[in-house]
Parts: sequence; structure tokens; C-alpha cells
Amino acid sequence: MKSVILRTASNYLLPLLLLFSVFILLRGHYNPGGGFVGGLIASIAFMLHAFANQLENTRKLLRYPPGALIPVGLAVSLLSGLAPVFAGQPFMTALWFSAPVPIIGLVGTPLFFDIGVYFVVIGITLTILFNISENIL
Amino acid sequence: MISAVLSGFLFAMLVLLFGKYVKGKPAVLTTLLPLSLFAYFLGMLPAVQTQPLLFSYRWIPSMGIDLNFKLDGLSLLFSLLITGIGTLVFAYASYYLKGHRYLDRFYCYLSLFMASMLGLVLSDNVMLLFVFWELTSITSFFLIGFNNDDPASRRNSLMALAITGGGGFLLMTGFVLLGTLAGGYSISAMLSSAEMLKGHAWYGWVLFFLFGGAFTKSAQFPFHFWLPGAMKAPTPVSAYLHSATMVKAGVYLLARFTPVLGGHPYWNTTLLIAGAITMLYSAWHAIQRTDLKGILAYSTIAALGTLVFLLGVGTAEAMAAAAVFILVHALYKAALFLVAGILDHETGTRDVTILRGLRKVMLPVAAAGMLAALSSAGLPLTFGFIGKDLIYEATLHAPAYGYILTGIAVLTNILVLYAGFQAGIRPFAGRLPEGFRSVHLPDLRLWVPPLILATLGLLYGMIPALADASLVQPVVQALGAVSPAPLKIWHGFNVVLLLSGVTLAAGFALYFIRMPSARHQLAVDRFASLSPETLVVRSARGFSRFSTWYTNRLHNGNLRSYVHIIIIFITVLLAYKLITGVHLYFDIRTNVAPITVYDLTVFGIILFAIWKTVSTSSRITAVASMSVVGYCICILFVIYSAPDLAMTQFTIDTLTVVLFVLVLFRLPRFLRINDRKVIVRDSIISGLFGVLIAIIALEVMNEPTNKETSRFYAENAYLLAKGKNVVNVMLVDFRGFDTMVEITVLVIAALGVYSLLKLRISSSEKE
Repeated sequence: MKSVILRTASNYLLPLLLLFSVFILLRGHYNPGGGFVGGLIASIAFMLHAFANQLENTRKLLRYPPGALIPVGLAVSLLSGLAPVFAGQPFMTALWFSAPVPIIGLVGTPLFFDIGVYFVVIGITLTILFNISENIL
Repeated sequence: MISAVLSGFLFAMLVLLFGKYVKGKPAVLTTLLPLSLFAYFLGMLPAVQTQPLLFSYRWIPSMGIDLNFKLDGLSLLFSLLITGIGTLVFAYASYYLKGHRYLDRFYCYLSLFMASMLGLVLSDNVMLLFVFWELTSITSFFLIGFNNDDPASRRNSLMALAITGGGGFLLMTGFVLLGTLAGGYSISAMLSSAEMLKGHAWYGWVLFFLFGGAFTKSAQFPFHFWLPGAMKAPTPVSAYLHSATMVKAGVYLLARFTPVLGGHPYWNTTLLIAGAITMLYSAWHAIQRTDLKGILAYSTIAALGTLVFLLGVGTAEAMAAAAVFILVHALYKAALFLVAGILDHETGTRDVTILRGLRKVMLPVAAAGMLAALSSAGLPLTFGFIGKDLIYEATLHAPAYGYILTGIAVLTNILVLYAGFQAGIRPFAGRLPEGFRSVHLPDLRLWVPPLILATLGLLYGMIPALADASLVQPVVQALGAVSPAPLKIWHGFNVVLLLSGVTLAAGFALYFIRMPSARHQLAVDRFASLSPETLVVRSARGFSRFSTWYTNRLHNGNLRSYVHIIIIFITVLLAYKLITGVHLYFDIRTNVAPITVYDLTVFGIILFAIWKTVSTSSRITAVASMSVVGYCICILFVIYSAPDLAMTQFTIDTLTVVLFVLVLFRLPRFLRINDRKVIVRDSIISGLFGVLIAIIALEVMNEPTNKETSRFYAENAYLLAKGKNVVNVMLVDFRGFDTMVEITVLVIAALGVYSLLKLRISSSEKE
């Protein structure tokens, strides 16, 4: 799409939307939000960028193919599930750090699990959308 | 204990990572893993003689599935076989497959297999056992198909996977059934409810499913045919998987459940019949073959049949015989396989009609082959002799039909003796043909392993006390029988000795009279069209033809007809249910919240968007209007306090529109539907569907809702999981396991979409 307004806006919107997606991801434990929605918002941000600036440029911006996020996310989720096993507790027991981290709040394995979900969702959505939109955008 | 089981899995990963170092000289170092495990289990020997050792690690306690391991006589014997023969096979393969392109993968599969097999025999939880059971099927699939550029190899590995995998399916059903009846998945706990299980109305079904798993894995008639096919695997694999370990997993399973389910007439009769047929049928087949590995494969099936048969006899003597025979057979059969592998490796043929006189060029190999063959024949002073004596004793003293059973056993043993001689002695006897003069003794790593195994067979035969108290008695105890008299070489002159003599005499006579010839095999092959293998292949083909037909009918690529089929099916199903069982009651005063302006506005927008969707002639407009409907529903979610749902729905809707628009770019312009009939038909279908959904929505409100679950989550979200957003807490904590599996499924779906898209692109490139 050759709209100057959209292109200019998208350059500012991408970081904002990504920040928003991270915000949604982190607040998930206490307020509406979570990894799944966060991941979807991040994907929308990248798609918007792709619409405005050609798919090629978004791909360049990402450096790695989005599919690479899938194994990363899966591994993060799996490891956060496995972590309690090393502490002598059953698989997927939630472990929490005792002191809350400023801004984020309590940090524990469920948060990492959610981060894994976030990455997997971004990876999957972008892989599918990028491949469908090839030769169009 | 858990590290002993898991070390193989870890090792497999490391082997792949450091693949290029493994391929060279250091390949033989991989032997250290099974060797150290062997030492570990050997150290357990004294402890196990008094009572079984239990190891427990929590895994999924909420579902009664824990990493429970139990080391008793039975599992220790198998563990020692797995790691001991594993050590020899690892060493053997390092020379046998020297310089192979994928040697690292081979070791990866092999150690995966070893670890799964160890897990299988050590598990004390049926679900855990099942996981390892399936892992052995899968790893064996990779090992059989290791030479994957050979079509026969691929075909046979698929066949093995289909048969053992199908059996695994039955086994899973059996385990779930068993777990439900016994009230838990722990095998030790099932022991205490053995009487209840045997009297239960579902006992027959439990047996059916359990036998389904065991018989397919242990190649019992009529599922035996995958095993000779599996001989396409490299010989070390055949020696390891298809003689000593994996195929005995079925026997192990039966033995493990003997104290729980055994002793019932159903159990004994089924095992006796299946074992007897398998024994005779495959022993008969064994003597017709001319391929060394074919002979050994069929005689292995015969041995497995014998074991099943002994478990069917079910007396304490039979249990002791089975325990001894497991060890005897593993020792001599693995040795014979390894010898066959050497012959194949050095001469390039496995045809027993050609191989002769090789003792002159490879004496140690000949010694190993001969000792193993003698043990398989059951000559006095070999371990096989003791095993055979025990078998005859067990059949003679069987509760019923003792003479018939003994007759079957004697006949089988004569044939197996012939087969053993054919594989272990005939290639080394006689005059050395000109062609084999240049054959020489191979590397140490090839001929030492079979020699060790064969010598052990002789050692145990001469001093049975070595194996008796440490190995055999604990097994018998684990099988729930009282320990019989200690093993002895000499029982005095009695019927058993006479039968042994008859077996030996007849076997020797057969060996000298009957020369192996391709004619025999041809004679058998004439009946191939009646064999179970052909029947299975045919029925598989028929099934594939049926599914092609079925798919073409229903899955014809026309999206419109898919939607029709799905909607009509659901409508009919729901309508039937509604007409038969639902009493619709609707009261506008109590059931409906007061209608607000927001509701009405949103409702109006939805109606307008729907009208636009149906009436427009542009695809883009239709998609946009559909998304308006979606957004309006999100607004309804927001109004009725489901913010999480609304948020997700919003983003999903946005992405769906993006996706739609992208796909629409590739489609032709809007299809004009002028046919009035089609319009009427479609509107009737969708109208009916809509009415049904509406009725259901109303009906749901009438149902008394069970608030217990939601109350539990609402109350405990903060207490147990430190979160205030109940939905998210459920997703990442309470039901985190589901989410884990869901994202995995998502990934698989994404891979599918990705490959479909890529496929399309590359085929258009071809054009």
C-alpha cells in the first residue's frame, strides 16, 4: 500500500503496539490479558507494518524468520514446566520468587510459561500470514 | 534409578550433537554407557534377592501417574540382558557399521531404544510402562528402516510399526480398563486387587486388550510375520531388538501380569493355545529357510512361543522354566545373530546352501557359533540343556493334557535344534569352497561379543548355581510362585532325560539327513497367499481403497459442500436431541436481563451487517460485514463482563479479516449465484441451524448450572496460584498442562499450513 500517512504512522505504531502487547502479557496474571492475546497483538503490529512498508522490509526488520520463535517459545514453556521437577516437585508446579519485581510484580514459572505462549503465538501467526501474503504485499 | 533410565535419552541427544566425532574411531567409546549401566544393575543383584526395590518420583500426582520404578527379579534379569547384550552390540556395531554415513544416528536410535526398554521393564505404573512401550515401537521402527534407501527396508519397518503400534493401541485400552477396575495405575497396587480383577465381569476384555498388545509385540501367531520382515535391519539391531530384548517385551508384560491376572482358565488356555501354535508353526518355517537371518527369525518366534506357552502352563515349575529359558535364549540367540552378521559382513552372503567350511578361516567365530548352537540344541553341560529339562518337567507335570503338551514341546525342540545347527554349525562344517579362501578373521570387536555370550551359555550350563540363586529364583518369586528346587545338571535317569535324548537323537538325524535347499522354501512359499501377512496386506489395501472412495465423496475440495455437510449433520443431530429430550421453558420476566439501549444498538448493527453480508456482491464487503458482526459480539462480551474473551475475540477477528483479505487477493471475482433454488436451499439450511442454536442458548439458561467448578477457581486463584485474573490463572497454572499441549497442537497446525502453502508455490514454479 502506498499511503504515506499509513507508512509514517506504522513506524511509530509498531513499537507502541509491541510495548502494548508486552504490557498485556505481563498484566495477565492480575487483570485481563495474557500471553495469547499479547502474542496476537504483537502479530497484528507486525502485519500492520507489513501492510504499510512491504513484506520484505518487515522481514528485514525481524532479521530471523518468524518461525524461529516457535521452538524458542515451546522451549521456554516446557522449561518453565520442568523447572519445578529439578526442585523436587511435580511437573508444572508453580514456583514463585518471594520478592516482587518492580513494575512487573511477582515473577514465577507461570509468567515464563505465558511468555513461551506469547512467542509461540507470534511465531505461528506471522509464519502463516507472511506466507499467505507473499507476492501480494 | 531415574538417572539410569534417562541417561540413554540424554546420551542419544549428545550423540547427535557431537555426531562427527562419533563417526570415527571413538565410536567404540559409546560402549561405556551400556557398560556402566550394566555394572550399576549388577551391583543391585544382592539387594534384589531379598525383596524388590522401589523408586518413586512424583510426576502427575493429580492423575495417579508417577514415575514409579520397581526393581525385582524379573525386571533385574531383563535390565541385565538389555544392558549386557547392549554393551556387546554397541561394541559390535562400532566395527560392523564402521564408516557408515549415519553412524551417529544409529547410536542415537540404539541408545534411545535401550533407555526405552529399560524404562519398560522397570516401570511400576502401567501408564509409564505404556509410554516406554510405544517408545520401543517407534525406535525399533527407525532401526529396522535404518537403511532407508532400500524400499524393502522401508516397507518392513512400516509393517512392524503398524503391527506393534496397533497392538500398543489395544494395550492402552487394556491399561485404562485395568486402571479403572483396580482404582489406580500402580502395578504393585494391582497385586492386592488380583482376586477382585479375576472375578470381574470385564476380566475377559482386559485379557483381550492385554494379549492384543503382548502378542503383537512378541510376534505370536497370527501377528508373527513382522519379525522375519524386521530382519532387514542391520544385524546388530536384529541381534539386540529382535532376539534378546524388544520382542521379549510382550513376554515380559505377560510375566509381569501373571501374579495379577494369571491363574484363571481364560488366561492359561489362551496362552497355551497361542504359544503352542506359534511354536510349532514357526519352528516348521524355520527349517524351510535358507537365509541365515530368516532361520534365526523363525526360531526366535518359536522361542517366544515357548515362553508364552510356559506362562500358559502356569505352574511353579513352568515359571522356573520360563525364567531360565529367557536367559538361555537371549544368550544363544544373540550369539547366533552376531555370528550370522559376521558371516554376512565377511563373505557377503547369508545363504546356508553356499556357506561351508568357514572354521578354517575364522576359528573363534566357529567356536562361538558352535557353542551357541549346542546350547540351543540343549546338549548336556550347556545352559540350554537345563532349560530344556525344565520345560519338559513343566509340561509333564502340567495340570492337564500333560502328554500332548510334552509332545508339542519335544517336536518344537527337534525343529529348533535343527535350525540352530543350520545357523551355527553348518556354515563352518565341511570343505571350504574356493570362493571363500580369501575370507579372513574380522576385527576383535566383531568376534569377541558372540564368543562371550556363547561361553556364558556354557559356563552357566556347567555351574548352574551361578545363575540360580542370583537370577532365576528372584524371577520366580516375582512371578508370584514358590521357588522350586535349585537348578541341577543331573536329575538321574527319568522320563525327562529320555525325552532329552529323543530330542537330541532326532535333531541330529535330521541335521545329517536333510540338507538345506531353496526347494523347501519354494514349497512353503506356494501357500503364501493364505498366510496372515498376505491377509493383513490385503485388508490394508482394501481399507485404503475404501478410504479413497470415502474421501472423494465427502472431501471433494468444494468448500461449499463441506459447510453443507457439516451444518446439516449438526442440525439433524441437535434437532433429534431437542425433539426427544428437551422441555423448552422460557419466561421473559425471570430469564432475561433488562434490555438496555446498548444492547439494542449493538443488535441493530449486527442485523444490518448480516443483511449487508448476504446481499452484497463483493467479497471484500462480505468479509468486512462479517467482521462487523464479530466485533459486535465482542462488544456484547464487554457489556456482559467477559473482558478476556472480548480482547482475544477482537484480536482474532482482526487477524481473521487480514487473513481473509489476503486470501481473497488470490480468488477470482465474486461468484454470482443466480440460481433461485440454491438460494432458497441455503437459506433454509442456515435458518434452521440458527433457530436450533437459539433454542439451545435458551435451553442452557434453564439448566441448573453447576457452580462448584467456577467457585473453586474463583476462590483459589489467588490463594493457590497468586493471580487475580481467574481466566489467565487457569490457562497458565491450573490447566497449564492443557495449554502446553494446545500450543504444541497449534505448532503442528502451523507446520501443516506452512508446508501446504510452500507446496502450492513450488508446484506452480514447476509449471
